[in-house]
Amino acid sequence: MSNVYENTVKGRFGEFGGQYIPETLMNEIHKLEAAYEYYKNDPEFVAELDKLNREYAGRPSLLYYAEKMTRNLGGAKIYLKREDLNHTGSHKINNVLGQVLLAKKMGKTRVIAETGAGQHGVATATAAALMDMECEIFMGEEDTIRQSLNVYRMELLGAKVHAVKTGTKVLKDAVNEAMREWTSRVDDTLYVLGSVMGPHPFPTIVRDFQSVISKESRAQILEAEGKLPDVVIACVGGGSNAIGSFYEYIKDEGVKLIGCEAAGLGVDNPKNAATMANGSLGIFHGMKSLFCQDEYGQIAPVYSISAGLDYPGIGPEHAYLASIGRAQYVPITDEEAVQAFEYLSRTEGIIPAIESSHAVAHVMKIAPTMPKDSIIVCTISGRGDKDVAAIARYRGVNISD
Amino acid sequence: MSRIKNAFENKKAFIAFLTAGDPDYETSIKNFKAVIEAGADLIEVGIPFSDPIAEGPVIQEADIRALGSGMTTDKVFQLVKELRADYDIPIVFMTYANPVYHYGADRFFKNAAEAGADGIIIPDCPFEERHEFDETAAKYGIDFISMIAPTSEDRIKTIAAQAKGFIYVVSSLGVTGVRSEITTDLDSIMRLIKEATDTPAAIGFGISTPGQAAAMSKKADGVIVGSAMVRIVAKYGKEAPEKLAEYVHSMIMAI
Repeated sequence: MSNVYENTVKGRFGEFGGQYIPETLMNEIHKLEAAYEYYKNDPEFVAELDKLNREYAGRPSLLYYAEKMTRNLGGAKIYLKREDLNHTGSHKINNVLGQVLLAKKMGKTRVIAETGAGQHGVATATAAALMDMECEIFMGEEDTIRQSLNVYRMELLGAKVHAVKTGTKVLKDAVNEAMREWTSRVDDTLYVLGSVMGPHPFPTIVRDFQSVISKESRAQILEAEGKLPDVVIACVGGGSNAIGSFYEYIKDEGVKLIGCEAAGLGVDNPKNAATMANGSLGIFHGMKSLFCQDEYGQIAPVYSISAGLDYPGIGPEHAYLASIGRAQYVPITDEEAVQAFEYLSRTEGIIPAIESSHAVAHVMKIAPTMPKDSIIVCTISGRGDKDVAAIARYRGVNISD
Repeated sequence: MSRIKNAFENKKAFIAFLTAGDPDYETSIKNFKAVIEAGADLIEVGIPFSDPIAEGPVIQEADIRALGSGMTTDKVFQLVKELRADYDIPIVFMTYANPVYHYGADRFFKNAAEAGADGIIIPDCPFEERHEFDETAAKYGIDFISMIAPTSEDRIKTIAAQAKGFIYVVSSLGVTGVRSEITTDLDSIMRLIKEATDTPAAIGFGISTPGQAAAMSKKADGVIVGSAMVRIVAKYGKEAPEKLAEYVHSMIMAI
């Protein structure tokens, strides 16, 4: 498994990926691909992005040794990759700084984006404000209610937020609407996709910008421990923080990669969003990958307490890594995630996003079963301030936020 | 010879789209029959999809109504079989990649051919990905219809040269739906198409009035009308067949 990509053609990860989008977007997507191929090797672009990452986003993010958690769980040493400490409070900034800078280089004056929990929307609105771009965000109406604070944040940052009232009114519907908007206005607009999904080249662009997570964590853990981790864990919706957390370790065969997906009320309950557990092969949102769907290929309504993981598909590179056995994906229920949310808050004084809490929940399961000299690196993809009110409601406490 | 050619024989084709099963199976059959009886030259039968990313609100809502009434791909095949028993009109499916792919392309096109369909339009399957479906479709005598958009530019000739059945020329940017005016330079697009192929080309997206139909039919071999028809279905429910017939008649008179 020295090079898991050796049998893969451009735009594909094994059989997954591709460019299944309307003809109207094809020339634009080719232009984007050409621009990205050029700028990713352009020293000026690379230097500008590096500067933004360091001086604006606050990179490198800390790799924090969670000593109390390690002691309490009594097994593997636990390190947390603190993407929650980035500017805007999540890993999403890594991708948007890259994509909005790319949009600017392409001569675009306007960016649009979908958002679930609002993290990607806030990050995009932030980068747009910084780089003087017009910005419009598409967010499912249900999510605008669940995450009303983030709606106001985006508006503060100068973005226009469209509450998407079609379909199931959550993340997938926001993607539908952002794609529809892009087909109506391509000349001055880039669709800044927030996850490693959609048509090629998005899964590759987003992965490259997010791989800064594993580039840093690999160097940081070698510095701290003199060896690579045994396990790397991250939560997965579309899969951007997970692929970013995994990417530099893919070639390190001994490092186990685990993605934690949202099982909602349980994988056997219809109310879940566990694509790896329940999904099947399909073509949707521009890509061939795994999706939660019925026998006729109608996309299933999905559910998770986490608006950011509430997506019926998964990025094609994850589907590929799972198919070749390089990464493993496990379902985590709402209840397990909420317990992990509370546990990390109490134990380490770190309030993780409810998305990231899915990863923490799996750490809590496996750390006690691992030897004391083994190491887990878990990505805390975002901070949990946005979730406090929802978790209080989940626990039956009514607070006004 | 493909039935699709008949639609364009010595005339401008009027191509009518309706979502199958909207608002329910029985009314839908009556609507299609009324449209055919009124003189449509080709019908597009929409197989409803949960997430139709190329559609505007009118057809999105039709998909929701159809799926809500229990419409499935198998029932759409049944509907086409019923129409085929009575009519020789060319019938083309319009749906998205996933309903075909997940059903199994081979099984899909086999059943589609048995039902009596002649072609298929899949708006989220561009030229680069056509091999996902076109060879399997051809195996069962189904034409995989290509689309050309206002942004296609240097792609127009390549796509046109390999087109089968007819070419679907997208009139405007954006999604399906009624538009007050169409501003794309369609004459230039049509000229490039005609340089590359003899396959007929029809213009769709945004055409709703007889005036628009008349103007578009001067530029192309046919006009495609969807949202304006679906709006009639939504507005008149069980009374729709009669209203559709009137509308189709007025459009045909215009072209």
